Amino acid sequence: MSTFDYAPAPESRAVVDIKPSYGLFINGEFVDGSGTSFKTINPATEEVLAEVAEASDADVDEAVKAARRAYTRVWSKMSGAERAKYLYRIARIIQERGRELAVLESIDNGKPIKESRDVDIPVVAAHFFYYAGWADKLEHSGYGSTPLGVAGQIIPWNFPLLMLAWKIAPALACGNTVVLKPAETTPLTALLFAEICQQADLPPGVVNIVTGAGETGRAIVSHPDVDKVAFTGSTEVGKAIARSVAGTDKKVTLELGGKAANIVFDDAPLDQAIEGIVNGIFFNQGHVCCAGSRLLVQESVADEVMERLKRRMATLRVGDPLDKNTDVGAINSAEQLAKIRELSQIGEDEGAERWSAPCDLPSNGYWFAPTVFTGVTQAHRIAREEIFGPVLSVLTFRTPSEAVEKANNTPFGLSAGVWTDKGSRILSMANRLRAGVVWANTFNKFDPTSPFGGYKESGYGREGGRHGLEGYLKTNEMGADS
Amino acid sequence: MSRIDVRKTYKLYINGQFPRSESGRSYVVNDAKGRLMANAAQASRKDARDAVVAARAAFGGWSGRTAYNRAQVVYRIAEVLEGRREQFEAELRASEGVSAAKARTYVDAAVDRLVWYAGWADKITQVTGNANPVAGPYFNLSTPEPSGVIAVVAPRGALLGLISVVAPAIITGNTVVVIASEQNPLTAITLGEVMATSDLPGGVVNVLTGSVAEIAPWLASHMDVNGLDLTGVTDADQARELEVAAADNLKRVRRPAPDTDWLLEPALDRMTRFMETKTVWHPIGV
Amino acid sequence: MRSDSSLRRFLHGLPGVDQVGCEARAAGLGTRSIKTTSKAYAIDLAIRMVDLTTLEGADTHGKVRALASKAMRPDPADPSCPATAAVCVYPDMVGTAKQTLGDSGVHVAAVATAFPSGRASMDIKLADTRDAVEAGADEIDMVIDRGAFLSGRYLDVYEEIVQVKEACARADGSSAHLKVIFETGELQTYDNVRRVSWLAMMAGGHFIKTSTGKVQPAATLPVTLIMLEAVRDFREQTGQMVGVKPAGGIKTTKDAIKYLVMVNEIAGPDWLDPDWFRFGASTLLNDLLMQRTKMTTGRYSGPDYFTLD
Repeated sequence: MSTFDYAPAPESRAVVDIKPSYGLFINGEFVDGSGTSFKTINPATEEVLAEVAEASDADVDEAVKAARRAYTRVWSKMSGAERAKYLYRIARIIQERGRELAVLESIDNGKPIKESRDVDIPVVAAHFFYYAGWADKLEHSGYGSTPLGVAGQIIPWNFPLLMLAWKIAPALACGNTVVLKPAETTPLTALLFAEICQQADLPPGVVNIVTGAGETGRAIVSHPDVDKVAFTGSTEVGKAIARSVAGTDKKVTLELGGKAANIVFDDAPLDQAIEGIVNGIFFNQGHVCCAGSRLLVQESVADEVMERLKRRMATLRVGDPLDKNTDVGAINSAEQLAKIRELSQIGEDEGAERWSAPCDLPSNGYWFAPTVFTGVTQAHRIAREEIFGPVLSVLTFRTPSEAVEKANNTPFGLSAGVWTDKGSRILSMANRLRAGVVWANTFNKFDPTSPFGGYKESGYGREGGRHGLEGYLKTNEMGADS
Repeated sequence: MSRIDVRKTYKLYINGQFPRSESGRSYVVNDAKGRLMANAAQASRKDARDAVVAARAAFGGWSGRTAYNRAQVVYRIAEVLEGRREQFEAELRASEGVSAAKARTYVDAAVDRLVWYAGWADKITQVTGNANPVAGPYFNLSTPEPSGVIAVVAPRGALLGLISVVAPAIITGNTVVVIASEQNPLTAITLGEVMATSDLPGGVVNVLTGSVAEIAPWLASHMDVNGLDLTGVTDADQARELEVAAADNLKRVRRPAPDTDWLLEPALDRMTRFMETKTVWHPIGV
Repeated sequence: MRSDSSLRRFLHGLPGVDQVGCEARAAGLGTRSIKTTSKAYAIDLAIRMVDLTTLEGADTHGKVRALASKAMRPDPADPSCPATAAVCVYPDMVGTAKQTLGDSGVHVAAVATAFPSGRASMDIKLADTRDAVEAGADEIDMVIDRGAFLSGRYLDVYEEIVQVKEACARADGSSAHLKVIFETGELQTYDNVRRVSWLAMMAGGHFIKTSTGKVQPAATLPVTLIMLEAVRDFREQTGQMVGVKPAGGIKTTKDAIKYLVMVNEIAGPDWLDPDWFRFGASTLLNDLLMQRTKMTTGRYSGPDYFTLD
């Protein structure tokens, strides 16, 4: 060997044990369910991983009843300190079974093992650990300590277990019980989480996991005995949920789409900015609602940034998610791949210039090379619509005001990035950007203590931090308003 | 023939190790019925000095850890304590003469207290810090930070009392030199064994046993100690003298509270007393 | 015209370095998993890049002869094991090293210019350099005046490098290669590391080197990352390649491979060559040899099976 090609370094699959079929997790037990079933596949190979039950309306009703019973008889009566101990147990078991969860997540989702191992799973454990600590301190939160009841939670496929943690940890800490539906393409880690609840001796019915697609989700949202709906997913479905709960007492939090601007000024720490751009759009194959999918570069450094960016993109290693050296994994589903291809084609048709990193893509599975479009304007669809894939649209600006105008010129408002060495400019941009999270000289950072959520059509409510408690506590007890 | 048991030597806990007192002294500790339990090390002012050096050396690393990490370490202490609960229950029954049920209650409460404080590591900032809307183009944020090295006179409750004064000080990032209850010092050293095996860095908690009247003035007047917790001091004159000595470098002082019911859930003041609020200003402009 | 202020304007106009991002990038590259054939390749490459070093007051001719022998045949039991790039010694040991190494191809590098502090007059530093070159040194590892750099006397640092480089010339018109040691542990900030890298490259240094090994921290991954970015960008602008040498604190094969990954992905494969990348190390070599043996025998070895020199 004369060049430093990295030999394959696959993480062992032996640590996971995928069953041929899975039922629903209701009232502390796995049950068959009365509906049909669907297959979940490995998007990197198209291999069928397991047959998973599709929860019917009746199954959802069973789950909600179990959650209600557990709420009334056990969970709402338990002291916060005791609830905390269950959550700490769960956090510890997640740490103990971390590698198993990481491998399973990568197999079912297609994300690189280095991300599931170093980001997803550690943050999941940290999230449970953090909210465990809140369970017996709610009177200090500023939001009271009265739970809502049964929470119906619907999560997406981009960070399956992490989104589960964001939903379940605060809900349980506040004294609610939950019925959670994982995405139909990534149910496996949620079902392993159900097993973890059993290991932790969590009282039956406190956590119920029902698998299925849109219909199952609708059944949860519209169930009359659900007190709270928490949803992460598309803006389109978010709006449908907002309509569906109108006129009820259901409390709602929505974490929806985004089209974040990542703004690079000419005095930015350039090498780190390049990393931030790459991390912003190619982390998790760009399947990130807060992805920095619109790069706004100051014109005076645009050429240099593009040159450096392309050179960096050429070193991205695309391929087997279980290879420890993989930087970019598989697109999660055929459906998503088709959508990315379609929008990329529209980008070309509308006259933007397309460049993709040179890389060999595997023949099986769903793959899309890291791609950047230059010469994009605000009028292009690839600058307006969420692609939810490894596709970056590059625009330029001349002044800070122009950057702010372009960044805010979108119905979304989830996140934004600012790159400059000048502190006061960071704060000024942060003030003017209409986005729920502003990262300065970094991007895509998540922490259990830090609230996350959007402005405008990116949704409402916050997850994480002290603010994340608000969505799971009755905050209107004293007033007459609902 | 009955087996002769192997007795434990109780020493000090300084810098993660268990040295004897440099003075070579010890004193007799009797159980509740007046029978010999063991000899405890009788710490000198030089032991106190060494303990402060250890606490100061540990402060940078401990306060520099992430709050999440400190939380996990203190939670780990709770886990290890729970695993050794029989030993602590037996020690409490012998030294304090409490019933089996009462001893169990104290150990339960001690474990739960550690868990409660563990959860505060990354929340106290969120509850006591905040952004300040100053009238001008400035970012302005106030956050609490640990004060530094805290000297503590522990109350009589050998386990729960000790944990209730030490845990709030260290969870925020302070390091501690604690004088164990003079009458019931042995459990504090056994607790040192728990801390020494719980990923708690050496020097974060240092336990001295001996005479409060002898050691406390040296700690109260020590110019490299930042805070003084007099919770366990029962003599009002002694407390006043210690507070006077503490004024030389304006130590943050917590006055005596020997009669506290440690079974009740604490307020936040045991943490906030030994924290400093730092406010950061930064202009906002393009 | 070069002056302190013109150099300052240029050096301070280089893009800043964000510490957190830089360290995260270095740590990220450190998670690469190098296995089987690529590991074997990396180990042999790393051995070929070692400047086997002894820089002690207690050094003797015997010690240097032993070190030189080891550099030529690191693993006497295995003739397929490559030689190291060089031995690195104090100037008064150059003759001995040269004598032992003969025409083996292993270079002799000498630390000059009042190593490690650099606190001597210019005349002494130049005499130190000439002395080492005359004794046969192939490479000169000079230290910069960190005091001058930190107080903004960039021109002094620049001129010193230029003059030492001139002193590297041999009578036959050839010249010893010049490595410029920054002692990054004393410069503290990554911004300083980037600036000093450019200053040394502009002054004509053939190699830029992190540390003397006498100050902590010595070589670190993030510092080396900044230097690799600097040589990459310098070639982009001038067409000239400059080498990089982290020195001090690199003790294990695992560490060495992290550096090679960084060379590969930051500067690029062109630098994966002993002409362009070196490790200043002593104990590293035996760990590389142990891992090399593990690759061929399939079992872990122990320190008793490798020579201590």
